[in-house]
Amino acid sequence: MPVSIQHGRSANRTLRIVCPNGHLGFAPIKTGSFRIGCASEPDLICADSGSCDVGPVPLGSDTSSSPLRWQTDDLETMLLASRRLGVPMIIGSAGDTGTNSRVDLFVGIIGELAKKHGLPKFRVGHFYSELGTEALGRRLDAGDTVAGLDGRENLDRATLDATDRIVAVAGVHPYIKLLDAGADVIIGGRSSDCALFAAPAIRQGFPEGLAYFYGKILECASFCAEPYGAKESVLGEITMDDVKITAMLPEQRCTIASVAGHAMYERANPFYEHFLGGHLDMSQCRYEQYDQRTVRVTGPSFVPAGELRVKLEGSGKIGERYVGIVGVRDPYTIANIDLVTGWARQQVVERFGESGYELHFAVYGRDAILGASEPRKAMPGHELAIVVQGVAPTKEMAEEVAMIATRQMFYARLPQVKGTAGGVAFLLDEVMPASPAYRWTLNHTLRLDDPLELFPTFVTEAGV
Amino acid sequence: MAKLSDIAKTIRSKNAGVDKITFDVIFADRDTYDRVRDSGVLSREAVCRIFAIDAARISDHVAFDPALAIKFTIYRLRSSGSPGDADIFGAQQYGPLLGLDVPGA
Repeated sequence: MPVSIQHGRSANRTLRIVCPNGHLGFAPIKTGSFRIGCASEPDLICADSGSCDVGPVPLGSDTSSSPLRWQTDDLETMLLASRRLGVPMIIGSAGDTGTNSRVDLFVGIIGELAKKHGLPKFRVGHFYSELGTEALGRRLDAGDTVAGLDGRENLDRATLDATDRIVAVAGVHPYIKLLDAGADVIIGGRSSDCALFAAPAIRQGFPEGLAYFYGKILECASFCAEPYGAKESVLGEITMDDVKITAMLPEQRCTIASVAGHAMYERANPFYEHFLGGHLDMSQCRYEQYDQRTVRVTGPSFVPAGELRVKLEGSGKIGERYVGIVGVRDPYTIANIDLVTGWARQQVVERFGESGYELHFAVYGRDAILGASEPRKAMPGHELAIVVQGVAPTKEMAEEVAMIATRQMFYARLPQVKGTAGGVAFLLDEVMPASPAYRWTLNHTLRLDDPLELFPTFVTEAGV
Repeated sequence: MAKLSDIAKTIRSKNAGVDKITFDVIFADRDTYDRVRDSGVLSREAVCRIFAIDAARISDHVAFDPALAIKFTIYRLRSSGSPGDADIFGAQQYGPLLGLDVPGA
């Protein structure tokens, strides 16, 4: 077997990237394997920080789902290594959502860290990804089609009006532009996960098919290795002929199964990956075990798009939200739990009418998680928990909706119940304020003339 | 007969974007993968039966040889994280697959 790529380059012309975290800030970097990665001659240090997995609340309310402390710690770990080694550092989809405020937050953290550590001056590039609702409205008025993805209808005015915030998903283009401008650190707005890794490779002339695959396989860090263990670093190397990936944690290895298994992770289809500018075709990929802990991949191809279309993610507020929790132990009540929630709902209807709010009951122990797809719905557990969500235009009303529904389960009128002193067990006497309720209003695409037109770039200085 | 959970290496579900959930069933060896694929216990029709859904809810269904994996993707009834959705990441939807009986295994 050849010498591991961890200990040296496998070809004359290569580009090596260490990725320490698949979602920077969401859970902390494991620094042991990152140190090994930094000792393995990386040309860049890159990590994605965003995901729409966290639901519509962070985008809609323009907040992070990751704690500021963890974001700062991860950025500090990466920045100090990047400046010490003199290699660029790239972060994509800053702060979970990649909105403008999250980009500014990360640029600010980088500046503070540079001051704290007295780092010599360096260049910080950033770009924005937000698209204003008015600007998109003008495109609708001009007759542009904002095409629905995944079975959604094309965007209409009412859905746009219900939207609070939109980000467009950038491709490699703003990253390449900022690298060309000499950025040492790049903080990206919302972008495709693979773009921040593919960009430096494409800029240096590596084949696009390999470069996008390189990004696809690196973006979740150690999720492409086994045994399972997140937040560990991986090292990737691209050459003119192949992509190689290896695990940095001594206990982990990349295998054909783990790498191929990751290539299909969290996507509808294992063969195609779409992004601004085209798509990656992985149907002809070949996976080989290169050394004990490294996999070599050949055969991915890039298919340029006939028309440039950018993906848009939008979130809109539904209302304020309160949550209540009750438990049930009486088997008769468990068997008739729909009558109990029905009674509680009816009490809310009598107070507020049929509409103008939302009321949801999640019946844990029966079908809360799968809903109508639950095959064991007729076999509930011996205890149930019912989580009530009340959503309404004001906090006061949301609290009252949740409170009526929670408390009235206690008073539900079941004909043969033996326990007449109260139908449910309260965990708390009150209902709890939760994050406001949002929904994904946009999962659409918009035609662009120029892949940079929604992604303005900026370069500033940090350090002393 | 064997349970799918006894012979599969990985059985998982996860969001594929905000409107879909994708399921991966991955095997450690080619024989088991072939046998489960050919048995039809994870066919499109079987998936519809297991999750009580129409065929139109399935957006993709493929056998992915390089990973020894059977993979299918279904449309959500409501997008992830909307009020009433109790699985924002789609990470616990695979439960009904674990106990499937696989003939001849």
